[in-house]
Amino acid sequence: MFTVTSGAGYGMLAVLGYGAATRLLQPNAKFGLAAFALALALVVAGLLSSLLHLGRPERSWRAMSQWRSSWLSREGSMALLTFVPTLPFAVAWSLFGENSGLFALCGVLAGILALATVFCTGMIYASLKPIHQWHNRWVVPGYLVMAIMTGALWINVLLQSRGLSRPSVAAIAAGAALVGMVLKIGYWRYVDTSSARSTPQTATGLDQFGKVTLLDPPHTQENFLLREMGYRLARKHAWQLRRISLSFGFFVPFVLAGLTVAVTGRFATIAALIAAVSAIVGVLIERWLFFAEAKHTVMLYYGGNKA
Amino acid sequence: MTSLPALPSGRKLGLVIDLDICVGCHACAVSCKEWNAGGHSAPLTDFDPYGSDATGVWFNRIHSFEAGEGADARAIHFPKSCLHCETPDCVTVCPTGASYKRAEDGIVLVNADICIGCKLCAWACPYGAREFDADDGVMKKCTLCIDRIYNENLEEVDRVPACVSVCPVGARHFGDLGDSNSPVSQLVASRGGYDLMPELGYRPVNKYLPPRPRKTEPGCTGAPAALAPTEDDFNGAGLLLRWMDRLLSR
Repeated sequence: MFTVTSGAGYGMLAVLGYGAATRLLQPNAKFGLAAFALALALVVAGLLSSLLHLGRPERSWRAMSQWRSSWLSREGSMALLTFVPTLPFAVAWSLFGENSGLFALCGVLAGILALATVFCTGMIYASLKPIHQWHNRWVVPGYLVMAIMTGALWINVLLQSRGLSRPSVAAIAAGAALVGMVLKIGYWRYVDTSSARSTPQTATGLDQFGKVTLLDPPHTQENFLLREMGYRLARKHAWQLRRISLSFGFFVPFVLAGLTVAVTGRFATIAALIAAVSAIVGVLIERWLFFAEAKHTVMLYYGGNKA
Repeated sequence: MTSLPALPSGRKLGLVIDLDICVGCHACAVSCKEWNAGGHSAPLTDFDPYGSDATGVWFNRIHSFEAGEGADARAIHFPKSCLHCETPDCVTVCPTGASYKRAEDGIVLVNADICIGCKLCAWACPYGAREFDADDGVMKKCTLCIDRIYNENLEEVDRVPACVSVCPVGARHFGDLGDSNSPVSQLVASRGGYDLMPELGYRPVNKYLPPRPRKTEPGCTGAPAALAPTEDDFNGAGLLLRWMDRLLSR
């Protein structure tokens, strides 16, 4: 949840920063107010929902301290740092109709920091060696492209609905959807055709005896590890969910956002809105699968035969 | 600070677990729970402890595996706790500095006062050594009984981890694996002790000793291949022959 909503919010900031720097987006105050309100609401909702996962949310400020080693700490620091240039950028654009000069610079900084935050989010997962499905080079580009795609789709909705349509924004959204589709297909192919080096044999070191299978688990009830890492919730329907995610998350947005490159007016607004909502649904399913299909090496000690 | 110590002392305290003689009695797990429920990371919360769905925090868990197939298969009891790795990702991923590796002896610990319970360290540990205490909201793990091994209130013989002191068959050994002359290092060298999941590069300090080759041939236990009769049977012989046998056997 956190990664989807905050990803969309940071993607919007990146598109807004790019739009201000290239003078693609005019400093329309009403549009600015709507865009920044939505972007910041998505970012803050994501950040708050991530705090709910903590055992001790009141201590979360401490998470800024270990940026030297921890991608989670870097993500938290970047997330907060992004607010620094974003606030003047947002205030100037949405209250004073100004997005050039120094404020464009703020916009560029905000966009870079927003994408850096998403990069860190991706790296949190990509840096975890025990999970083969995360520890690979498909993960970070996927996170970045999906953030840009969902961000551009929502900017496109706000532009279309105010008759301010910009074909390049729609093109960014459609292009990102296409790249995202390729990345996800590539990711799933990689996950399906490769396997972790760790096996029950390496986990126990008993390979000299041959096949290793679990005879007796250490405990009869589920423990923290099995609840946290062993859920096979979506795996049963993974294949169907992948198709749904590809269609909703990438194919529909690609077609409809692509349509709004050429078409404007009420029809385009509706198409842009459907594209944006569809993308969020698809990316939510993608994110669910991303977790559900992750196989942690600890499961090798609990009867799993593949990680 | 969750970066690894820049100047480790070279001391690497850890355990050596002998899979050849572990009988899977779970005494080490129970003793661990008993000591640590009142120790450094206390309490180790249990939920529904007397009900049908009892769950709780344990630092040591005993898995039982079957290795090999068919007639060659053997049951191997496999205790697993924190391996106090030399390059533990559970430490470096920690965003708050709550997870740390001690420079002086290599023990990996959690500072429960600043842990935010994000659980990322549990994801970063390939071995499942860390368990979240949902009641405390913080992560807990094996401390190598840091409150026993340096505890001067205990008899010197008791200054070992609880799991080691309780093991009824001597399958667990504690010592400095950084010192190649220590008894545990010698044991590892002589028995071919190995790392779990070496391919991930965490460089665990704890070592496992493999089960010895199975003794399938007569004689390989050190006993004679067949029992020789202890005494020739002359019961059926006459008195004279029995007397001669006794005389000549002197």
